Parts: sequence; structure tokens; C-alpha cells
Amino acid sequence: MPFKRYVEIGRVALVNYGKEYGRLVVIVDVIDQNRALVDAPDMVRGQINFKRLSLTDIKIDIPRVPKKKTLIQAMEVADVKNKWENSSWGRKLIVQKRRAALNDFDRFKVMVAKIKRGRAIRQKLGRLKRENAV
Amino acid sequence: MELNLKKQRARVNYHINSSLKELVLRALFTSAAWGALRSMVKFRFHQYQVVGRGLPTDAEPHPKIYRMKLWATNDVRAKSKFWYFLRKLKKVKKSNGQVLAINEIFERKPTKIKNYGIWLRYQSRTGYHNMYKEYRDITLNGAVEQMYDEMASRHRVRYHGIQIIKTATIPSKLCKRESTKQFHDSKIKFPLVFKKVRPPTRKLKTTFKASRPNLFA
Repeated sequence: MPFKRYVEIGRVALVNYGKEYGRLVVIVDVIDQNRALVDAPDMVRGQINFKRLSLTDIKIDIPRVPKKKTLIQAMEVADVKNKWENSSWGRKLIVQKRRAALNDFDRFKVMVAKIKRGRAIRQKLGRLKRENAV
Repeated sequence: MELNLKKQRARVNYHINSSLKELVLRALFTSAAWGALRSMVKFRFHQYQVVGRGLPTDAEPHPKIYRMKLWATNDVRAKSKFWYFLRKLKKVKKSNGQVLAINEIFERKPTKIKNYGIWLRYQSRTGYHNMYKEYRDITLNGAVEQMYDEMASRHRVRYHGIQIIKTATIPSKLCKRESTKQFHDSKIKFPLVFKKVRPPTRKLKTTFKASRPNLFA
């Protein structure tokens, strides 16, 4: 299988370990074999190990180590936020966050909704079985 | 070690202290540098500037002041290292000398990637050797830490067997080592070939896993 996601200037990555866990960052330069200089609109530019990054499919067009303004502009142009939130990976993360933030009443509502959905499915299935068997 | 001879003047001591502090503080409080420094990993080695001289005597009421930049884990060890080097160069010891100022030197631009060249003298099992090593890093302290780690792993030389002669930021054109020159590419691109995804916290680590890991990017 050839590689599809490369470490390159402009690659958007997700931090998967450490203090910045869960943050979307842009690789802005490569320091050496193990580290990259990353930047995001709401953090100070800093170094991070590749082991802490999960590369995404999104890549934006920036020069090497751009100014914060240029970076933000390029992220708007490439529509990183929407692309991420509509991608299956991004959507899964949003759902995970939502589930983690439920309170007890919300969990009760989810339980009720699941039962309701299950009942509707089983009723429909029963009806279909009776129609096709007889 | 960088040794600077300075003619003594009455107010020079305070001048050194305050002007350097001003410089350092001014550099620090530019927002990017400050933020990046604050969010930075703790360094093992800090860079200090130590200024000292022999105590004034009747024979020599105004001894020469000497300044050194060196790396140590804390300022106490920095002062000790200062006397170690100064003893080897001038006829002065800690018992008949005084440290006039010791300031920590911080990185001016910790968000800019630089190529650092480090000249060092180290003691191997059979003698002393000089070396020149290059590192790519964002701060000088980081590069020095890399150097100490590399010397320990490649040559089994520990901290006390290494003397840093000189450090410099090298422009990309003048770098000598292929391992640093290979990153001088504005369109650098490479895949992450072996990508083991770790649990996001050490707490979620398990000794046994149900399935083999997926190592593909």
C-alpha cells in the first residue's frame, strides 16, 4: 500500500498525546527526523514529536513557517474546520465528546430513545415477517 | 567556553547585571517568545553567563573581570564550573576570587528553527579529543541537551567529561553534516512509516491487547 498522508508543510494533524491532546495543528516546518514545528490559530508555535501526531487527510497551502495571520487566512481558504467536522474521523470525535459530556438525565433520555427506536424496528420486522411467511 | 577580558570600571558590575537583565527581559516579553518559552519542556541544561574576578589586593587593586558563558543544570553548578575553567586559564581560585554576576541566558527566538554547531572537547578512555557536531533545534539549550545525549550514547562520555568550546548558529549554506543538511528543503515531504498509536494517557496503557496494532500511518 503506498503512503497517502505525508509529513509536509501545511499538513493538518491531530495531537494524540500529551497536554495538547485533541487539538488540530498544522505542521509548519520540520525540525529533524522526530520533531516538527507546529502551529494552530489559538496556540503559540512550538515543537512536537511525530509520535504525538496523527496525520489527517487535510493539507493547506502555506509557505514555510508563515506568520499567524497568513496561517489563519490559509486555514479559512482551505476551510479546514468544516472539512474536519464533516469528515468521518471528525464526526466520530464530535460524537465522542458529546457522549462524554452527557449528564444523568441526558443518559436517561438516550436510553428511552434507544428503547423506542428498538421497538419500532422490531415491530416493523415482525410485520414484514408475517406478511412474507403467510 | 567563551572568555572575555574586560577592563574594570567602578560601575561595570551593576551595569552588566542590569543591562543584560534588561536585554533578556525585553526579548522575553515579546509575546511569541514568552509564550513559547513558558510552554516549553523543562531543559536539563541551562545557559548561564558568569562574571567574576580575583579579589582586589594591595598589589592589584583593580583586577581584570572575566566573563564566561557555560551550561549547567543549575546556577550553583554554573559557578563551580566557572571557577574550574578560570583556574585553568588564570591564576585565580574561588577562595581568592568573587563572582560578580550570574545570569541565565534564555533563547531569543524559541520558535525559529536553527542549525547549531557545537565545538567540544571530550575525554575518551584513551585521551582527549576535539569534536564538531551539528544539531537542528529551536533553542540552544535543546541542542546542547541533544549533544550531551548523543555523546553519552555514541561515545559513552558523560557530562563531566565534556567541555563545550564554542557554540554557534550556522546558516544552512555552511552546514557540514548530511544529517542536518537533509532537512534544508523547503518542500520537505516524507511519510511516517512506522506509526504505533499509543493510548492517550499512561493510565489507559494495558499489557495485553486483543488484536495486533495497525502500524500504517
